[in-house]
Amino acid sequence: MALADKDRIFTNLYGFQPWNLKEAMARGAWDGTKDILAKGKEAIIEEMKASGLRGRGGAGFPTGLKWSFMPKQAPLDQNGNPKPSFLVINADESEPGSCKDREIMRHDPHLLFEGALVAGFAMGARAAYIYIRGEYIREAEVLFAAREEAYAAGLLGKNACGSGYDFDVFVHRGAGAYICGEETAMIESLEGKKGQPRLKPPFPAGAGLYGCPTTVNNVESIAVAPTIMRRGAAWFSSFGNENNRGTKLFQISGHVDKPCVVEEEMSISFRELIEKHCGGIRGGWDNLLAVIPGGSSVPLVPAKDIIDCAMDYDGLKAVGSGLGTAAIIVMDKSTDIVRAISRISYFYKHESCGQCTPCREGTGWMWRVMERLRTGNASVEEIDMLFQVTKQVEGHTICALGDAAAWPIQGLIRHFRPELERRIAEHMPEAAE
Amino acid sequence: MPKVKVDGVELEVPAGATVLQACELAGKEIPRFCYHERLSIAGNCRMCLVEVKPGPPKPQASCALPAAEGQEIRTDSEMVKKAREGVMEFLLINHPLDCPICDQGGECDLQDQSVAYGRGGSRYDENKRAVTSKNMGPLIKTTMTRCIHCTRCVRFSEEIAGVDEIGAIYRGENMQITTYLEKAATHEMSANVIDLCPVGALTSRPYAFEARPWELKKTLGIDVSDATGANIRIDSRGREVLRVLPRINDDVNEEWISDKARYQVDGLTKRRLDKPFLRKDGKLVPVSWQEAFSAIATLNPGNSIAAVAGDMVDCETMFAAKKLLGALGSSLLEGRQTGMDYDCSSLAAVNFNSGFNGIETADAILIVGSQVRTEAPLVNVRLRKAVKRGAKVFLVGPAWETTFGGEFLGEDLSVLNQLPQHVWDALSGAKRPAVIVGGAGLGRGGLEASLSIAGQLKLVRELEDGSTWNGFNVLHLSAARMGGLMLGYAQKGGIADLAAAAPKVVLALGADEVDFTKFANSMVVYIGHHGDKGAHAADVVLPAAAYTEKNGTYVNTEGRVQLSDKAVFAPGDAREDWTILRAMADAFGVSVGFDSFEELRAAMAAEVPALGVEGLADYGQDLPAGGGSASGVIAYPIKDFYLTNPIARASAVMQQCSAELLHGEEIAEAAE
Repeated sequence: MALADKDRIFTNLYGFQPWNLKEAMARGAWDGTKDILAKGKEAIIEEMKASGLRGRGGAGFPTGLKWSFMPKQAPLDQNGNPKPSFLVINADESEPGSCKDREIMRHDPHLLFEGALVAGFAMGARAAYIYIRGEYIREAEVLFAAREEAYAAGLLGKNACGSGYDFDVFVHRGAGAYICGEETAMIESLEGKKGQPRLKPPFPAGAGLYGCPTTVNNVESIAVAPTIMRRGAAWFSSFGNENNRGTKLFQISGHVDKPCVVEEEMSISFRELIEKHCGGIRGGWDNLLAVIPGGSSVPLVPAKDIIDCAMDYDGLKAVGSGLGTAAIIVMDKSTDIVRAISRISYFYKHESCGQCTPCREGTGWMWRVMERLRTGNASVEEIDMLFQVTKQVEGHTICALGDAAAWPIQGLIRHFRPELERRIAEHMPEAAE
Repeated sequence: MPKVKVDGVELEVPAGATVLQACELAGKEIPRFCYHERLSIAGNCRMCLVEVKPGPPKPQASCALPAAEGQEIRTDSEMVKKAREGVMEFLLINHPLDCPICDQGGECDLQDQSVAYGRGGSRYDENKRAVTSKNMGPLIKTTMTRCIHCTRCVRFSEEIAGVDEIGAIYRGENMQITTYLEKAATHEMSANVIDLCPVGALTSRPYAFEARPWELKKTLGIDVSDATGANIRIDSRGREVLRVLPRINDDVNEEWISDKARYQVDGLTKRRLDKPFLRKDGKLVPVSWQEAFSAIATLNPGNSIAAVAGDMVDCETMFAAKKLLGALGSSLLEGRQTGMDYDCSSLAAVNFNSGFNGIETADAILIVGSQVRTEAPLVNVRLRKAVKRGAKVFLVGPAWETTFGGEFLGEDLSVLNQLPQHVWDALSGAKRPAVIVGGAGLGRGGLEASLSIAGQLKLVRELEDGSTWNGFNVLHLSAARMGGLMLGYAQKGGIADLAAAAPKVVLALGADEVDFTKFANSMVVYIGHHGDKGAHAADVVLPAAAYTEKNGTYVNTEGRVQLSDKAVFAPGDAREDWTILRAMADAFGVSVGFDSFEELRAAMAAEVPALGVEGLADYGQDLPAGGGSASGVIAYPIKDFYLTNPIARASAVMQQCSAELLHGEEIAEAAE
């Protein structure tokens, strides 16, 4: 039941062909965009809802539903004029392990721009802002050039695609902060402020960029939209299990023979995914230790639970983890699992914005304890204390970074507590008694 | 009016209230650090977490969550207790346990709340973070290791003061609060961040290590450093005033005071007049009270006596002097020391009629000759609020750095004779238009021209809701002004009338800004508390009490009568002013009609009833027509915000502020 080539959305994922407009159009991009827009806002949103597409940024919120939250009647500003609304496209792909948006942006940027127009039109947005991660220098260059092409061809800007709809797309480069991938921090950053998440409510759909209604979507969610509109919701929803429809870019890194980014059906089993595209686990399936299935912020899953698990939102939730961005980090038995999680803790400590207390103080604390657990320079009680600290952070913060910092450690303690205790015992035999 | 349930008790809360406010209405205490009623909501300390149903199964920050119909709020559940303990523990892991050497000790939110809501001890075993302290100028002492990053100070300077002076740099646990490039905070209200800081990160530099809060006697007073009449709390120990803090009064100062009001008090112990002096052979020599009085009495001035009231005297002093002069047959009273002679026949024409609360709601404001920032920092705060609500502001006078934008129309008063069309359109189209005439705009026809504009614009009008709006405002500079005008301290020709009368004796009641060369042939009797300009020019010096050393009545520029209490005794032989004037009456052999302070107050209330009632005096709403033309370049009277009165000039802190904050660049240049 593997995905056939004819059903791939990202036909130039590996850059075997040029990204430019001519070639992209030959591959099907910008085909009949005017007709898609002619269907009208409601029809596009209904089609997206019917397709079952869930947000590809990690949270998995239904995309069509999200678009429908934008106010039908534009709110008025102080002077009684209607406020514009905006689409913000989250290209700040900073989750460790995640690298799918990058492939889209550098090899198939026109799918993204076309998606921006379709999505922006559907929600009545005046313009789209693509917030691209600062480290993506070549990718940003491609985006800038592709945008020029699209404008020159009349696909964007005034009367985009001859549809009579005016729509602008701006590409904005970030400065390398993980937190700016959080939607409200991204909006702050776009406004030129320090990238710190806002309190919710109000949600961006009510008051987002410059206080105007705003929707923030992941690159992949936007880039698949035109193809869904062309081939129909029924086609898209024919892939995957109930509630987890469509195709998805999986990014497999770590201890597999051939790490890769690949478009596959949702709900494909882990074993099939690895066997088919990655040449198997290094040293065979018996050598698999654990997998972080959705980017560094989700809890790890030990080998026995993951092998036959369906790689989708619900399947991974059932094993106590999540699909996240489908950035699958595979670790074999040569991995120092405590060190790996400790390094992730350091990442979150480093990237915490410092705005709210539990995350600012907690991430540093968790990392320091993790570092001691790595060498075993700790006591067994501290494992429980660390677990409690993660619980004190989780759910107490403004944004989800606190949760993201807490979950990997919780996963480690849940599944590898004996390993932690072994290290403590070895480091200080008397402490174990 | 949504109905919510707080810990099982149902109550109705005002629309737009937050969950935190709902809990407070229900009588539940919600711990908080970052939340402050007068600042925007940050929601970053996470101390105010409560359990709310319906909602996600995790605690919610109550300060940022709107109260909604049918919410069930719990402040006493296990989840809330755990959340508070957790946040408290996080706040304390990197907070130094240096309470014994911290000036915030005893009035520290972190101390109080950790006792009430924290765990018994810490489980944190790692090294604590240390942060280098930042330079924030001569007033604010920083110990940034203690900072809990609530960002109240950042929000204050951004939102209330209107200057981007303080901000946060770096991120995560390296986040630090600092002034940009560690420049000193130069705003006139900068020290309010000390009160806002919930921990000991920002403390008062001049007050550092002086006292503990529980050692201090707290007296309710009124500030006299400007005409806003800020409500203050005078903290004293023994005979010394150690510090001044703002009191909450939403009608006057909200809960802020200017840096001058706060820090001039160290001047109360310096350059004080503590015994009577008499000029002999051109030099002032100490004498006894007896000798001083007989020197005045032997002159036998009869009705050739005048009184000039200074900027900081209380109404009782002015009334006592008025009674004394009246008994001698004189009515030569004047309070406008610098020679202004605007018409005071209608007090409504020289009053801040809209009130400070009212000016916030104005939608178009014309400011004539007032550098509001230095002349009345607290009014400046209100203007900023008005602009935030959408008010347009136009200013006449030399440009200065406003904190609220505004358009400068020209330096010359003649602009008033023909306002530019767009200004006129904005003012006449406004629902609540206002004119503010400052000290520099009163003279040379400015007041009359402004009154004429007021008449044409119908600044006095009935609003839609039926209330009366009077948008004509005069912003005075001295605390004694409105009281003085109510007591008749105004001659038609100003102080020139006094000079023309060539009185034998001039009583200078703390008057330091008078040009005494005009009274070269008079005996100048200075009754005041500081050895400043007035005392230098005096022939007799009678030591009196400063504003913290006597009970007194003050009337602020909006006509608000307020009472101030005595905090400490005057030093040395100095006496309360009214007793000096009462004794002088005996020396002259006349009767003033009172023998005690109570009798004095009763007599004053009988003569000017408004002075006997706390609150706004009613001057009526009738403005004179005004007219005539105004001309002349406006020159603002305040050259140095920190040194406007004798107390401030004696204060080492104010001198330092002046030198570093206003003349710092000159000093730096000289050093090079």
